[in-house]
Amino acid sequence: MSNFAIETSALRKSYKGTIALNGLNLEVPQGSIFGFLGRNGAGKTTTIKALMGLLRPDSGSARVLGLSALDPHNGIAIRRRVGFVTEDKELYPYMTVEQIIRFTRPFFPKWRGDLESRYLDIFDLPRNCKIPDLSKGMRSKLMLLLAVARGAELLILDEPTDGLDPAALEEVLRELVTLSASEGVTIFFSSHQLAEVEQIADHIAIVDHGRSIVSGSLDDLKARYQRLRVVFERVPNGEVRWVDGVERVEQEGRTISILASRNVDGIVEQARSFAGTSVEQYPVTLKEIFLEHVRNN
Amino acid sequence: MSSALFRVNHSSGTPLYLQLMDQVKHAVETGALSAGEQLPTIRKLAEDLVMNPNTVARAYRELEHEGVIELRHGLGAYISESVTGRVKVTRKAQNVVQSAIERLASSGLSEDEIRRLVENELALLRAEKISGGENE
Repeated sequence: MSNFAIETSALRKSYKGTIALNGLNLEVPQGSIFGFLGRNGAGKTTTIKALMGLLRPDSGSARVLGLSALDPHNGIAIRRRVGFVTEDKELYPYMTVEQIIRFTRPFFPKWRGDLESRYLDIFDLPRNCKIPDLSKGMRSKLMLLLAVARGAELLILDEPTDGLDPAALEEVLRELVTLSASEGVTIFFSSHQLAEVEQIADHIAIVDHGRSIVSGSLDDLKARYQRLRVVFERVPNGEVRWVDGVERVEQEGRTISILASRNVDGIVEQARSFAGTSVEQYPVTLKEIFLEHVRNN
Repeated sequence: MSSALFRVNHSSGTPLYLQLMDQVKHAVETGALSAGEQLPTIRKLAEDLVMNPNTVARAYRELEHEGVIELRHGLGAYISESVTGRVKVTRKAQNVVQSAIERLASSGLSEDEIRRLVENELALLRAEKISGGENE
């Protein structure tokens, strides 16, 4: 069994000449909370639809809990073990909250009554309210309840916090943390909100133009990326050939600002060999990493 | 076993497990936590701070590796007895730093200037260690 709950390799998909996925590689470790980041239209929803078996990629592979998501025979097995929350939160318009729960429950032998009542209570969901009368945030919470209570080992959530106010957002994020800590559930969620991803994710991928351009442990990325400000007595002559890891260099007078994606100590050493009198090091936020890569791409 | 001692800044560029490690160490240095005291469980701290439990676990593992805490299987995390000696060393170091900073401040340097000087020296020291390692 692989250590990855989700694994895609060279996934490609075009719609009428528009490339949605352009060789997407993803590895989502078992037990992680994985933030799938990207701008609108970057390919997040297409990826999730491929994982759900709702669309056929042109080429490449996609495995969910070790099963090929592209093989229609695996559809039922995957749905038994994976909870999905899709972007389209329409549900069944004629049912109430109570009715849709009663309707969904029998499909899942491992249904968790304890989680069902916990979420009804914590999320304050009105049992007798018809689904179209729920607010967008309430619909998001209801979708999450239906996904979680089936006893899922893996949650695949497309913009799960859509429409939540800050208080409700904190509740939902806390519940996801609890699920991860107490049940070991792997959580894969897409978002374009950096703040919520930074809050609960331990792994991320940034997708742009259908490709994953940065991925890994969030803390490791933050440790690898650094901004250096070097002041020189005299500016090095001519074009400097910087060592590996220098992403961007900006010069202003005798000060050079460097964005490093790795090998920070090697870069500091090189700067000093050019008679850099002062080297200051600053941490780089996820926002800066995101903007740097999405802008350059 | 309160989580109130800890507060991480999620949007900072500093890795969260390092922030958490620093706060545990700081709590030990100031005496807010002393040898034998129990830390919150991974789950409780993750829920209270709304942060990733794997990240809390990583901080605890690293702290154990550095000898600051002991993880007792099934019982939780405790401040290690061996920190008592370390606390004495850091208390002494505190005196050295204190007198150095007082001298710098009396020569007219601002708080920011002093902080940058210290950080610059630390960065140079680290680079020196690395190039020293390569020459060996």
